[in-house]
Amino acid sequence: MTFVFRRLLMLIPVAIGVTIVVFFMIHLIPGDPARTVLGIHATPQRIAILHRQWGLDRPLVSQYWLFMDRLMHGNLGQSLYYGVPAAGLILSRLPPTLWLICYAAVLAVAVSVPLAMIAATRKDAVRDHVVRAVPLVGLGMPPFWVGILLVYALAIHVHAFPVSGYGTGFGGHLHSMFLPALTVAIALAPVVIRSLRASMLNVLGAEYITTAKSKGVPGPRLFLRHVLRNAVIPAVTVLGINIGFLIGGTVIIEFIFAIPGIGQLMINSIFQRDFPVVQGVTLVFGVLVVLVNLLADLSYAALDPRVRFDR
Amino acid sequence: MSAISFPEPVLAAEAAEHAQPRGARRWYRQPALASGLILLGIIVLAAAAAPLLTPYNPIHQNLGASLLGPSAQHWLGTDQTGRDTFARLLYGLRTDLRIGIIAVLLPFCIGTVTGSIAGYFGGSVDTVLMRLVDIVVAFPFYVLIIALVFVLGPGQRSIYIAITLVGWVSYARIIRGEILVAKRQDYVLAARGGGLSSVRIIRRHLLPNVISQAIIYSMSDIVQTILAIVTLGYFGLGVPPPTPDLGSMINDGQNFLTTHWQLTTFPGLAVVVVGLSLSLIGDGLADLIRPGQS
Repeated sequence: MTFVFRRLLMLIPVAIGVTIVVFFMIHLIPGDPARTVLGIHATPQRIAILHRQWGLDRPLVSQYWLFMDRLMHGNLGQSLYYGVPAAGLILSRLPPTLWLICYAAVLAVAVSVPLAMIAATRKDAVRDHVVRAVPLVGLGMPPFWVGILLVYALAIHVHAFPVSGYGTGFGGHLHSMFLPALTVAIALAPVVIRSLRASMLNVLGAEYITTAKSKGVPGPRLFLRHVLRNAVIPAVTVLGINIGFLIGGTVIIEFIFAIPGIGQLMINSIFQRDFPVVQGVTLVFGVLVVLVNLLADLSYAALDPRVRFDR
Repeated sequence: MSAISFPEPVLAAEAAEHAQPRGARRWYRQPALASGLILLGIIVLAAAAAPLLTPYNPIHQNLGASLLGPSAQHWLGTDQTGRDTFARLLYGLRTDLRIGIIAVLLPFCIGTVTGSIAGYFGGSVDTVLMRLVDIVVAFPFYVLIIALVFVLGPGQRSIYIAITLVGWVSYARIIRGEILVAKRQDYVLAARGGGLSSVRIIRRHLLPNVISQAIIYSMSDIVQTILAIVTLGYFGLGVPPPTPDLGSMINDGQNFLTTHWQLTTFPGLAVVVVGLSLSLIGDGLADLIRPGQS
């Protein structure tokens, strides 16, 4: 219980910091933010209205208070392009993004675990070297480029999957989002494969494996019950550490595959110079990462008692 | 934060696995390091010698020769405005490599300094600096980079600022972790007992021993930075046209994917090869340095 409490307490400074960073985004705009955001054809009245709305005529600290006060009431400002509250806009676009994140995480594990097993069971054999070459090549692949090539190969040429879109219903989502989720998974897999292979090798050398072997535990059972169970924890940790990368990757991939999530909303809002929406999406992404990290830490504590005593 | 990071135990496990006898630790006996250096050398040479390797100007348009297929004159064909793709590829590589390498210098220095201060002095300085790291890490890498460059306005200067603001945290974490361990070693205690100043201990005694980890990391950091630059270029937030950039080349070529696949494929492949060479160098350096430290 104290672990949970301490972990929640650590959340407070980070959460405040996240809001400060997002708040300061306005002040990074060169020149007068209102004029830059509204463009050169803006009337002085509109600029004055935006100044008042954002509280730009007040001192910095009071601006931040205003920002926080609105945030606490779920107000992320008004979208300049759509003319609706940014918070509602972002909320309505959240489900496809969450879908993509979960789907991609599942695919990343589904790709990585077998490959890591193939490599670790025959260390330094040809198949080990082949698997170890995967991260070297994979780390340098721009995710959006992989997405474009997958669309070309599997959607345009073979017609196995739709070129873009979110699909309808559970089956529709699974089918339509396969390529985007695979793209994110391919970006993530190199790291997971590398870590999983290393931790499997570690476990394979442990004394309890020797003991299990000498007791005559059959091969498959040995691997599933003794090796994989212990090796998977570090791999999940790696997935947890890189959750920011996983979530950030969806921004680009949603745009490539025209999935109506908050990543696509962010990129489109950048093209439309819709500043409040960009700001709001950045905040939501930050909160998402903080929450997922919290969830990951809490679930380790629940799964592995060693974590609770370690910290 | 860095785009991709490994937890300490994994790196330690890999290091142990690669421990080798001393004689095998010359750089040219490390196949990974040697092949990575050779590959990167070829790429850098090709990019630097671009004007000698191709007679074409990468921004010179020739609408009469648009969208040509690969031929003896145009090795990779031409794009929709008749610019030679091979020339643009070489010059684009030049742009992205240069920005990618320069962009990690500042985060490297800032992260090393803050990491050493946090690790060496500990206490409240450490707490504050590490909370700062937590805050930056709370944002997804690409979200923060894209948002920052959008706010600052597209272009090289914004890329440098954004990468610096986000990238220093990884170096700070690595150096802090290494210093936490190293500062308990006898030689540091001896230096302290000898009355050396903290600055001198950090600079002359600690950093030379821990900086290798940051250098190894910087190899994969350059890869991630180049990926970020290419991604920004793809979204039109990177180096402004007509300067050739691999990201904007992929974006231009995308419209002709079904008929001229080479326009999209080769710029991406160039990034992959750069990434491969730097990853090989990083792995090779890790093999070279780590066993000697333990």
